[in-house]
Amino acid sequence: MKPRASDYVHLVRMAGLFAVGITAFLVLRWLMVPADFGELGHYRTGAVPDNMARPIVYAGQAVCVECHADVAELRARGKHVRVACESCHGALAAHASNPDGQKPVRPDPRRTCISCHSANISKPKSFPQVVPEEHAPEGSCAACHAVHNPKIS
Amino acid sequence: MPGVEGFIYPNELELQWSVLIVLYPFITGLVAGAFILASLERVFNVQAVKPTYRLALLTALAFLLVAPLPLQLHLGHPERSLEMYLTPHTQSAMAMFGFVYLWYLMVVLVLEIWLDYRRDIVLKWRASTGFARLLYGAMALWSDNISESALKLDDRLGRALTVIGIPSAFLLHGYVGFIFGSIKANPWWSTPLMPIVFLFSAIVSGIACILLLYFVTCWLRRVPVDMPCVDTIAKYLYYAFLVDFSLEMLDLIHRLYEADESFRALDFMVKTRLFTSQIVLQIILGTLVPLVLLGLSQLVTFREKTRRALYVLAGSLTLMGIFAMRWNVVIGGQLFSKSFLGYTTYKMEFATREGLLPAIVLMILPFVILGVLIRLLPPWGHGEGDRGTHAQG
Amino acid sequence: MDQDRRTFLGQTGKLLVLTASAAIAWEHVLAGRPEEAPNYRATDHWWGMAVDIEKCIGCGTCVRACKTENDVPHEAFTFRTWVERYVVDPADYEHPKVESPNGGYDGFHEREVRDPNLKMFYVPKLCNHCAHSPCVQVCPVGATFESQDGVVLVDKSYCLGCRYCVQACPYGCRFIDPRTHTVDKCSLCYHRITKGLTTACCETCPTGARVLADLKDKNDPIHAFLREHKVQVLKPQMATGSKMYYNGLDGSVR
Repeated sequence: MKPRASDYVHLVRMAGLFAVGITAFLVLRWLMVPADFGELGHYRTGAVPDNMARPIVYAGQAVCVECHADVAELRARGKHVRVACESCHGALAAHASNPDGQKPVRPDPRRTCISCHSANISKPKSFPQVVPEEHAPEGSCAACHAVHNPKIS
Repeated sequence: MPGVEGFIYPNELELQWSVLIVLYPFITGLVAGAFILASLERVFNVQAVKPTYRLALLTALAFLLVAPLPLQLHLGHPERSLEMYLTPHTQSAMAMFGFVYLWYLMVVLVLEIWLDYRRDIVLKWRASTGFARLLYGAMALWSDNISESALKLDDRLGRALTVIGIPSAFLLHGYVGFIFGSIKANPWWSTPLMPIVFLFSAIVSGIACILLLYFVTCWLRRVPVDMPCVDTIAKYLYYAFLVDFSLEMLDLIHRLYEADESFRALDFMVKTRLFTSQIVLQIILGTLVPLVLLGLSQLVTFREKTRRALYVLAGSLTLMGIFAMRWNVVIGGQLFSKSFLGYTTYKMEFATREGLLPAIVLMILPFVILGVLIRLLPPWGHGEGDRGTHAQG
Repeated sequence: MDQDRRTFLGQTGKLLVLTASAAIAWEHVLAGRPEEAPNYRATDHWWGMAVDIEKCIGCGTCVRACKTENDVPHEAFTFRTWVERYVVDPADYEHPKVESPNGGYDGFHEREVRDPNLKMFYVPKLCNHCAHSPCVQVCPVGATFESQDGVVLVDKSYCLGCRYCVQACPYGCRFIDPRTHTVDKCSLCYHRITKGLTTACCETCPTGARVLADLKDKNDPIHAFLREHKVQVLKPQMATGSKMYYNGLDGSVR
């Protein structure tokens, strides 16, 4: 028996439903995909400046030296020449932004020194290390070593 | 660290994928398997399994509706899941999920069920009143043409859909396997066999699930079980299981023989943390025992009652075994460190978003949906046996 | 002494280069307009890092600086960078003993009996900013991507939290931020390097064991470093195109 036009009605209606669904999806997609998506790759271009926008916490060596050239000079003559200020002093961007208002806490010399120089079998042999309890059971390392140029002359 | 043995990378302390992600391949596997069983009758014209045809389709739909829920629950930002459709990353296996899912749900299952049930829907529409009338009318799209030529048209279209449906079912579950199999960082997952192992285990679990559901529905309806039907299903279960088991053994032997850099770590894991779930539950109780039971039923002609008991036992063990397999893949793949130097533990929580409780609810939900679907669209005919309408043509 | 002279990147020179641009950048940072950072053109750069295992003393300063700079949660499973200690018995080379207590945040303080038969060293780790990132490949929505200057970044406002990328990273560099439920990882201090500063870890490393490198800059000391040292990347068999170049990387490191 040959199908008549009326036999297709339900199928056409179903196809219509699918067409509505697909159109709705395309409209939704057009409305909701961020405008800058896919410009540079499969991502939001805006995600790049988002990643750049985080506040800086460690000011960086160059900024410190701009004011503290004297300490930098002292350090330049000793073995700590390549140790950045913030390695020992901690994050100082707040201080760099507001030098008078945000005074940094002076690091505890003994604790700070030990965090690098305490002896450990796993450290490279050429790295200067001491057993703190034997080398100086008490007191501050700074009593003998100038922290910015630690060599005792 | 409690639960940690040896060295793991610090960030590995937290397990990323929970029991919910175990459910996901388990549930989609049931969908794919149930659909393939239904297709047997339709495409390959295996008359014996006809009593389960519609039941299998409805089961597939019920489980498919639940399949995305564990994923959704597991996301850190469920409200952003629409992004999968808006900006799918073509290189990501996971991004294709949305499209494979929608294709399978709408084009394959809903259309096929609709075409198959259209005559019943129209008859119910005519016979009902009030809200039911509105519902069935809407389901019929307010077209009550069930002339012979219209139904013949539906049948032809339905057959074409099934033909598309089989590769779609393969795609649905093969691709779930690919999600794991394509992760080169994880040697427990990374194997080209993964999609095909997933596919065959899906077929096995789907067939076992329909077998059990058929027994349950017969019992609930107090009608006799159609023995040729369950015998045939059991036969298919046995052969599908043989293929699945061979593939899994091939994978295992290959790993044992190659013994690459990850071997020691994986070997240790299987012998300790995964021993119960992998060796005992998956391989021995969940595979070997049902295979022996099913194989025996192929060789020896037991009495009907024995056969029924044997099938129920084999089907239940099979489902447990496949669930254990999903568990061992998903959880097992996260128990060892990618440094191959240590192991962590999965501590399942209970009443949290990704805990045991939501997992149990998500496993019950498909059966609730199936109950509603069965009430709405009874899979069995009008007292004249369990014949689908399309077979009249 | 000798080792000092052989300092592997001639860092003093690098600092001089940074000074001018850093000063300008700082003004913009102070003014709260990071987007006006001086003429940063992403296509002119290709970032990576040189890591010298022979210089790492396991002090954990980089781990602490990273957590501070990037506001990384102080959990035991959230590290953008961490330090591992390897103890290798040459007789059982394939099975090193490795530890990383709290990611090396507090340094390594144990003193054990010296066993001359054991080989010990520290390995700093961070995102490898792979040129063929498995994590970028698997992200379903484009919430993680490789920027034009070769940094793998996360779009936190777009991430679903599906954790597929965490699974795909062979190096264990990714974690879920428990506060935002989105993925997080080393951004190579993208907010710093685009303004002429180096990363927080490189800035504070007291021995210069890690140095930021711009592989597109012909004058960057990285080129000499790569030429003059036997360098290796982590897990080269993964073919991820890692841009973290390690000097002195022992074969036992995973």
